[in-house]
Amino acid sequence: MSAIAVTQPAGMRPRRLTPARIGVYAFLIVTALFFLTPLYVMLVTSLKPMEEIRLGAILALPRAPTLEPWVKAWSAACTGLRCDGISVGFANSVKILVPSVVASIAVGSLTGYALSFWKVRGAGLLFGALMIVAFVPYQIFIYPLVRVFAFAGINNSILGIVLIHTIFGLPTMTLLFRNYFASLPQELFKAARVDGAGFFRIFWSVMLPMATPMLIVAVILQVTGIWNDFILGLIFAGRENLPMTVQLNNIVNSTQGERAYNVDMAATILTALVPLAVYFASGRWFVRGIAAGAVKG
Amino acid sequence: MPLVRHRTASRLAAGLALSPALLVLVVVYLGCTAWTVWISLTSSRMLPNSTFVGLRQYASLMGNERWQVSVANLAVFGSLFLIASLALGFLLAVAIDQRVRAENTLRSIFLYPYSMSFIVTGLVWQWLLNPSFGIEKMVRDFGFPSFRFDWIVRQDMVIYTLVFAAVWHAAGLVMAIMLAGLRGIDEDIWKATRIDGLPAWRVYLSIVIPMLGASFATAAVLLATSVVRLYDLSVAMTNGGPGVASEVPAKFVMDHLFERGNLGLATAAATSMLITVAAVVAPWLVWQSRRTRRAHA
Repeated sequence: MSAIAVTQPAGMRPRRLTPARIGVYAFLIVTALFFLTPLYVMLVTSLKPMEEIRLGAILALPRAPTLEPWVKAWSAACTGLRCDGISVGFANSVKILVPSVVASIAVGSLTGYALSFWKVRGAGLLFGALMIVAFVPYQIFIYPLVRVFAFAGINNSILGIVLIHTIFGLPTMTLLFRNYFASLPQELFKAARVDGAGFFRIFWSVMLPMATPMLIVAVILQVTGIWNDFILGLIFAGRENLPMTVQLNNIVNSTQGERAYNVDMAATILTALVPLAVYFASGRWFVRGIAAGAVKG
Repeated sequence: MPLVRHRTASRLAAGLALSPALLVLVVVYLGCTAWTVWISLTSSRMLPNSTFVGLRQYASLMGNERWQVSVANLAVFGSLFLIASLALGFLLAVAIDQRVRAENTLRSIFLYPYSMSFIVTGLVWQWLLNPSFGIEKMVRDFGFPSFRFDWIVRQDMVIYTLVFAAVWHAAGLVMAIMLAGLRGIDEDIWKATRIDGLPAWRVYLSIVIPMLGASFATAAVLLATSVVRLYDLSVAMTNGGPGVASEVPAKFVMDHLFERGNLGLATAAATSMLITVAAVVAPWLVWQSRRTRRAHA
C-alpha cells in the first residue's frame, strides 16, 4: 500500500493553466537550468581548443570541436611529477573499488545478519555504538590509524586502503543489512534452523538470496562512495595507488604556467563518469541507497 | 544430543561473525579516538610524546587565527548551506509534487550532482566562478562592463562561493527526502483543506511543513554532519584560499597533521570537531530512538 502511495503525487490537483501553475513551471525550469549549467559548461569546455577558451565565452558552443583535450586528459596530463594522464588514476580507482566493495559488503551483511537473528549477548550495544560512530569525522581516527598501519607495514598499499574502506563502510553496511533482515519474517529463520541448517548455511542459502534488493542498494552506495572518496585515498593509498579523485585534483590544482582548462574539464568529466553512470543506470535504487545510507537506519 | 552440539556450534559461529565488528569498534573507533584525545593533551609536535600539558593545546587552538577563521567559516557556511539546501530542496519537492510534466527528468536533473564527488563539484565551480573566464566575463560581454562577480578570489566573499557549490551538490538530495515525505501524506488531508477553502500556501505552512518534521530533521542532520566533514570541496575549489579565507576545520586538522607537523594542535582540533558532531547528533539520536520506541509500543 505504501509503495503505491509513494508513486502517486499527493499535492493539490492542478486545474487549468493558472498563474500559480505557470509560476511552478517557471521555477522548475530556471532551477533545472541552474543545475544543468555546470555539466554543460564542463562538456563544451572540454571540446574547445585553448584559443577559443581564451576568448572567454564560457557558454558558447565550440566552433571547432576537438577531442584532443580528452585524449590528453586520459593519457598525457601531468599530475605535477608524471605525465601519464588520468588513466593511471582510473586504474588505481578500479583496483581499490572492486575489493573494497566486495569486502565491505561481505563483512557488513554478515554482521547485520548476526545482529538480527542471533541472540548474541551485547549485540544491541554493539549495534548502537556502530550507529553512533558512523557520524564521527575521519579526522579523529586518521593519525592513530596511519601509525598502526605503518607499524603493520600496510601503509601506502592497496591492501591498506581496502581495509580502510571496509572499516569505514562497516557501520553503514551493518545498519543497512540489520534493518533489512529485521524486517524479514522470523519464521523463515526458524524453519531453516529446524531443518538443521547452521549459522553460515542459513546466511548463504536463505538470507543472502532474500537480500538481493539490499545488496543492490549496498553496491550502489559503496561504489559511488568509494569512487568519490578523496581523503582516505590521499592518506592511505600511497603515491603509487592514488585514486582518480586525488589525481584529478593534482592535475588541475598543481599545474604550472597556463592551465589547460579544456584538459582539466575533460579529466573532470572522466572522473565523474562512473558515479554518473551508476546514478543514471540505477535510478530509484540510487535514491533508496543514499536515503538508507544517509538516514542510518 | 547432536542437535544441541550443532546449536552450540552455530552460536559460536554467530559470535565469531561479530568479532570483526567488535574488533573494529574497540580498536579502531574507540581506541583511535582515545589515542587522539590523549595526544591532544600532550605537548606533541612532529612526533607524539607523553608530556601531559592539560588543555594547553586547546588554549593555543582557540588563540590560533587560522583556527578562528576555520570555525567562523564553518558557522557561516554551515548555516547558509543548511538553510539554502533545505529551502530549495523543499520548494523543488513541492513544485514537482504538483503533477508536473517530465517529473522523472526534472528529478534526475536535480539529483545528479549528488552522485558526483566534492572534488568534481569543486573543480567545476572553480571554473564557472573564475573571474577572467567564467560568469563575470560572460555578463561583461553581454554589455555590462562594470559587472563584478569575483567572489572566489576575494577574501571576504570566498566562503559564499563554497555555499553555491555545496547547495548545487546537495539540494537534490533534500528534494528526494522531502518528496518521499510529501507523498506519504494522506490524500484526504488535501481534500479536507480544499473543502475548508484554505489557500495552498497556508496548507503548506501550517499543515504540511509540521507533518514533514521527521524529513526535515533527517535532512538537516545529514547536511550538518557533511558540514563538519567539509574538506574535499575546500581543497578542490580554493585550497583554503585566498590566504586562509576559505579554510575549514577538517582541513586545519589535515594540514597540521601531515604538513605542519603539529600533532598536539591537530588532535585538539580533531577532538573539537568530535564534540561538535556529538552536540548535533546526540539529541537527534535520542529523539529518533524515542520515536521508534513509541512507534513499536
